[in-house]
Amino acid sequence: MSSLAQSQLRETFELNIGPQHPATHGVLRIKVVMDGEYIVRAEPILGYIHRMHEKMGENRTWNQFWPNMGRLDYLSAIAYNHCYACLVERAMGIEVPERAEYIRVITAELNRIQSHLLGFGAYIMDLGGFTPLMYAMDEREQILDLLESVTGSRLTYCYFRFGGVYNDIDDDFITGTRAFIKRFRPQIPMYHKLVTGNVILMDRLNGVGPISADLCRKYGATGPVLRGSGVNFDVRRNEPYGVYPELDFDIPVYHECDSMARYMVRMDEMVQSCRIIENALNKLPEGPVMAEKVPKALKPPKGDFHFAVEAARGTFSMRTVSDGTNTSYRMRLRSPTYSNVSLFEEASRGMLLSDALAFLGSLDPVIPEMDR
Amino acid sequence: MNELIRLLAYMLGIAAFLGLNLAYLGWVERKGAGHFQRRTGPKEVGPYGLLQPLADGLKLMSKQLVVPTNADRPLYMCAPILIMVPSVLLFVAIPFGEHLVPREFNFGLIMMFAFASMAGLSILIGGWGSGNKYSLIAGTRAVSQNVAYEIPMLITAINIVLITGSLDLNEIVRQQGSYIWNWNVFRLDKSILMPVSFLVFFICSLAETNRTPFDLGECEGELVAGYHTEYGGMGFGLFMMAEYANLVIGCSLTTVLFLGGWQCPFGLFPGPHWFLLKMYFLIWCFVWIRWTYPRTTFWGLLNLSWKYLIPFSLVNLLLTALFIKVF
Repeated sequence: MSSLAQSQLRETFELNIGPQHPATHGVLRIKVVMDGEYIVRAEPILGYIHRMHEKMGENRTWNQFWPNMGRLDYLSAIAYNHCYACLVERAMGIEVPERAEYIRVITAELNRIQSHLLGFGAYIMDLGGFTPLMYAMDEREQILDLLESVTGSRLTYCYFRFGGVYNDIDDDFITGTRAFIKRFRPQIPMYHKLVTGNVILMDRLNGVGPISADLCRKYGATGPVLRGSGVNFDVRRNEPYGVYPELDFDIPVYHECDSMARYMVRMDEMVQSCRIIENALNKLPEGPVMAEKVPKALKPPKGDFHFAVEAARGTFSMRTVSDGTNTSYRMRLRSPTYSNVSLFEEASRGMLLSDALAFLGSLDPVIPEMDR
Repeated sequence: MNELIRLLAYMLGIAAFLGLNLAYLGWVERKGAGHFQRRTGPKEVGPYGLLQPLADGLKLMSKQLVVPTNADRPLYMCAPILIMVPSVLLFVAIPFGEHLVPREFNFGLIMMFAFASMAGLSILIGGWGSGNKYSLIAGTRAVSQNVAYEIPMLITAINIVLITGSLDLNEIVRQQGSYIWNWNVFRLDKSILMPVSFLVFFICSLAETNRTPFDLGECEGELVAGYHTEYGGMGFGLFMMAEYANLVIGCSLTTVLFLGGWQCPFGLFPGPHWFLLKMYFLIWCFVWIRWTYPRTTFWGLLNLSWKYLIPFSLVNLLLTALFIKVF
């Protein structure tokens, strides 16, 4: 008899982690059957902030659906903007000006750094270290200030439009971004010194929460979770969109499959995003930021359209079936952490409670995006 | 009659010392955390936020006492008191200065350990009495942690007893001469491993006072707030204050046993000020550690004690005994 089956025969108790619990970063609820401090079975229960985004996409006009894109993953909203803009542009056949494409990439990458920074801080806070969160917040605040100056909002961005972006970036933004990158680059080795090299942290992350590449494939996990399991898949490289093919960057891949690998992928991605931004700023062309002649009332032709982008937490893709009217016939959103968290049940069996929560944090869930 | 007045004065003195410490260590911790974290810490209430502890205390006292339905009422109510009382009692035996000891016991060290180990019991009572699964897990954790770390702590303290031949805390201080190389931590002539024993004792006092990285009893990432999840108002306040009281006790004991208590490092003006200086330096180290390190896992914590600290301190004890016998 396996040790798992044996433990199921022993006396167990149920523990409800969430919907209000400091480790779940929102209203995720995990129903755990525990044997002492060991987890026999952990079942994530979703849907506490389900807001029917897909249905909203079907009964609102194409333009009216824009604000929803900032409210899925509130930490990397610009990637979601990017996906929706490109989806409808693909359906309508709209050409986007070169400058707008570069601006899209720059803002999306800034947003990715910001998201990973908060993910890093919150993750270390899960593990009991409070100070790195404040350091990360300090850097993040500067990105938010930069993005606020062009997009007008700090969290739920609604910046992109069909055919471009609604506001051109100015010199202040460009110099501010360059200054930020110059200041931020040396911070990452400092984080590694303060946090990653810490013996307690290494003890907590190395070998904890192993996910094989097969398990990732089984549940459709993407993003840093997949790249931490040794699979080199990134939509920016594998199905390039925007101006990513013209920019230099590497895809960090780690083969250890544990929480440390996922953490390191995020840390390295921040460095790569800095590279992308600098590169894009150097190549930034002049010109308009909106395509001309984009109709006010959009009516994409009949058909089935799909678009995927690499958001901070993995592949976000949208699929829409258009029936030629001013609303979508069917809208489907595929959000990355929904898939990433769904492997939690299988992977967490037999884990210790503290390891399981360290593992959950390494999946970096954002609940509104999971529940949609 | 004189004795009575003396005791009364000491009682008032301890109450004042304790009250100030419990209130202002919280302020020190928050201010320290603020400066470690690129922010200012409390600054609104009074100059430099100095009145913040008063405001916090008033707020906690004005809160309604809510007893959860599932709680075991008597246990739930008495746990915060039980954790506070032994911590206060322990100040009786601490030698602040050569003649500034509330009560000289010739078994002071034993008394310290006896009362300090009651903290684990009251945490368990609080955890069990709350009727909450998180609190219960935290309570059981705290007990096994306290047991695991009391052993190396005691064994290390026995080293000191072997060297000085006394359980009287003031006598232990007196025997550490008035120069820095006479302090127990540097007394390599008695045992070459003395600095390491100091480290072991320091780590154990971190664990005994339930401070990060060993605060497994209240790790908010897993157990919400651990054993005091269900406590609000002054119940929570008492748990918080007991933590600081234990911090003061732990650092005082380390100062007395290893850092020469009220002795001056270079033979000038020994007195309570040196004791306080050393004690607050240690407390500052505790704060520093808390805001730098993440938390260990429960098994990492137990492994550290049972696999490293206990065998090491046993070997250390034998070595010290050998040294004393041979030289």
